[in-house]
Formats: sequence, structure tokens, C-alpha cells
Amino acid sequence: MTRRVVVAGASMGGLRAAEQLRAAGWTGAVTVVGDEPHMPYNRPPLSKEVLSGKAPFESLAFTPKAAAADVEWRLGTRITAARLDERVVELADGERLSYDGLVVATGMRPRRLRCPGPLVGRHTVRTLADAQILRDALIRPGARVVVVGAGFIGCEVAATAVGLGAGQVTVVDPLPLPMAGPLGDLLGAALLRRHEERGVRFALGTGVAGFEGDRRVTGVVLDDGTVLPADVVVESVGSVANTEWLDGNGLDLSDGVLTDEHLRVGGRPEVVAVGDVARFPNARYDGLPRRVEHWSIPTDTAKHAAKVLAAHLGGTEAQSAPFAPLPTFWSDQHEFRLQSFGSPLLGKDDVRILDGDPDDDVVVGYHTGGRLVGVVALGGQSAAMRAARYRAQLLQQPALTA
Amino acid sequence: MKVVVDMIKCQDHGQCVFAAPDVFSMDDAGHLAYVSDVDEALRDEVEEAADVCPLQAIRIEG
Repeated sequence: MTRRVVVAGASMGGLRAAEQLRAAGWTGAVTVVGDEPHMPYNRPPLSKEVLSGKAPFESLAFTPKAAAADVEWRLGTRITAARLDERVVELADGERLSYDGLVVATGMRPRRLRCPGPLVGRHTVRTLADAQILRDALIRPGARVVVVGAGFIGCEVAATAVGLGAGQVTVVDPLPLPMAGPLGDLLGAALLRRHEERGVRFALGTGVAGFEGDRRVTGVVLDDGTVLPADVVVESVGSVANTEWLDGNGLDLSDGVLTDEHLRVGGRPEVVAVGDVARFPNARYDGLPRRVEHWSIPTDTAKHAAKVLAAHLGGTEAQSAPFAPLPTFWSDQHEFRLQSFGSPLLGKDDVRILDGDPDDDVVVGYHTGGRLVGVVALGGQSAAMRAARYRAQLLQQPALTA
Repeated sequence: MKVVVDMIKCQDHGQCVFAAPDVFSMDDAGHLAYVSDVDEALRDEVEEAADVCPLQAIRIEG
């Protein structure tokens, strides 16, 4: 009987896992199961180029590598349950798939606000379908837009909405500055200034108490009772891991799927997790398991996990060093870009300007125990290039625990 | 093998330069430059460059 790896999740992590299994020498079957009807596609443009209409939806599809041409794609369905002891997963239609290896790549879904009010007119941005519907709403003349959550997606959507000519765009967040959670106050203040100069309004230091309107949203009620009139609401308030299908297997699913230093799950060498659902220790840093929702992570995790899994299924154990990626992310907002290398989150208490000026192009360093652990550039292309000069330094560092 | 970059998609992120410095570089203005005829020995790093391109603008032919 043909041996099989089942990949649960058909987004970037699932695609890269399938490709990397082939690259690592796995010659058995690979079946990828995903709930969206599309082949894997690139999500970052959903809040930027695609939302603004600069790039067509069709441009997002990944081109799978030739080596993965024989991968079986089961799209438009989902895995509803897994019995890891029996090496079997169950699909929504009741079909069971047995496996020799399992890749958990089911990713995240947007967290939704639970406060009272109508649902119609409230949007999230995670899937192609989400972005298509949101774009249609944003291009209605004079649309009043309220974005709840001033993180990456919220700030990007606000910038895109202003660029599309929305009547009024307001970002609401309980924190006093946009993107302060991941980036700290220095860049948060610089971002606030830049957004305000370009017409984005902010309601900061407040949460959302509810939504007004009968059938559809007409306003967003803030904690103090203020109502922001709204035709379009975008909820960008974090995400929830798609792990329910793994319930009942004794796994730590408290925040995504906990893995070991080789991305293996639950002490099972035949189960690995990749992408933003994986909560893994990064040997480059303090070894504490974290989920990382950056674009670079699906590819990085898939490469490591596929090697480990293919080696195990081939009867050997991979002799690789523990997983130690250098995270990287970017965010395009208006005409400026944030470019990050390393882990700014770990060095948020010791932030120093390395180069430039927060009002102009700036490069900011994040430190832990005096050591540089992350670098973020804000501004134009030259700032990003200057930040890249620190990349080698960030890569050379020994683990913080060493 | 032949490397083709869709320069309409490319937004000069430079991730390919880290992955395959023998093939991709940034000019002084911060714009991408690359070699299109690439030795087979560099396939792994070019594939890595294609994987890490945020715009997925790099295609490998042959």
C-alpha cells in the first residue's frame, strides 16, 4: 500500500510543506486538504495591492514547484477530526484518510468582536473572499470606514481605504499608539503621525462596546458611549488558531499547536506543525515556544519540518540543528514601508534609534540584555536597505540562552 | 537554468539578495538587478530566493 503524508491546510504553509517533502526525498503520496476552494495564494496583498485594485485577485496564486506536481489537492473541504493514535483524519463528509505522516498547517482565522449589534457591514481580511467583499464596500463613494484594531492589518487597511478615497477612515484601538504591541512606542508614535498626516483618524485608548444599526452597521459605539458613524467596519483584532480538529488527542492547544525544537507535535515523530499555527521554540532566542504570524514563517517551518518528517519516515532521524529562523516581516502603509529583521518583540523595553530620524527615514534597534535582537526600518527604500545591513549581525548571534 | 523576475511585480524587498547573492543584487538606488543565465550549481539558492520573494515575482525556467 502506498504510504501517505496528509497535509492539513492548503495555504502557504501547506504548499511549502508538500514541496519540501519532495525536496527532502519523500516519494510516497502527499494529500493536501484545505477548506478554501482555491489553490494556495499569497495573502499579504489582500490588505494592500489587491484591496486597492492595483493587482488582480488572480495574481495571488502561488506557482507550485514542478516536484510537487503529483500532490493531491483536496480543496473546499476540511479535516474535522484526527485520531493521532490511529494515524487517521476525518474529513467533513465523513471520509477517513489514514496517514504515515501528518503536517498540521491549518493556520489561523480572524478573531471576531463579540459585542452586541448587527453583523452585516462588518468585515475581516484573511481570505480572498474577504478581500473581494471588503473592496466592493470600500469603493462605494463616501464610505465611512471604522477599523477596529491598529495592528498590521488594521493599519494597512486604513491606509488602503484612504488611498481609495473613502469619506472618512477611523482606527480604534485600546492601546495609546498604533502597532505599539509589536513595535513599541517610538515607532508607534511615528506611525500615528504619518497616518494622521495622510488623513487617517484615530480613536485610541478605547475599546468597542457595540455596534449601532438594525439590519446593518451604521455606527461603532466606543467604551465611553461615543458613536463613530460607519458604513464599513473592519475587525482586525487578532486571530484564533484552527486547532479544534486536533481536540481529544492530549495535545497542548492552548495557543496554536505546541511543538518541540524540530516542530514535532505531542512527542510524535510522524506529526509536525508549520506556519502560524505552530508554537515553536526558536533556538536563536530564549527557547520559549511562541507562534509567529510573519510571512517568512510558513516557508521556514516547512523546510525544517519536512526534512525532519521525511527523515523519520525514511527510517532515520534528521541530524539537523534545532529550528532557529530569523523572522522577517514588512508592512506597506501609504507610500512608506516597515521592514523588520529579527524579533523586535523581544527587545521592546530597550529601543534605540540606530540611524535617521523618526520624522523621516529611521532605523530602530531592539535590545535584550544590551544585545541587538531586532531591527525595524520605517520610511523609504533606503531605510530598508540600511536595516538590512544589521541582518548579518542578527544572524551571527548565539542563542540568548547560550 | 534561466531566472526571470517580473519587474512589474517586484517591489525591491531584497529578500532574494540574502538568499542568492550571486544572482541578485541591489543597485545604488535600491532597485533589483539580477543575472538571468545561472549556473545549475546555484539552483538551491535560486529556489530559496523564489520562495522568499514577498511578491512571488521570481520564476525559474529549465
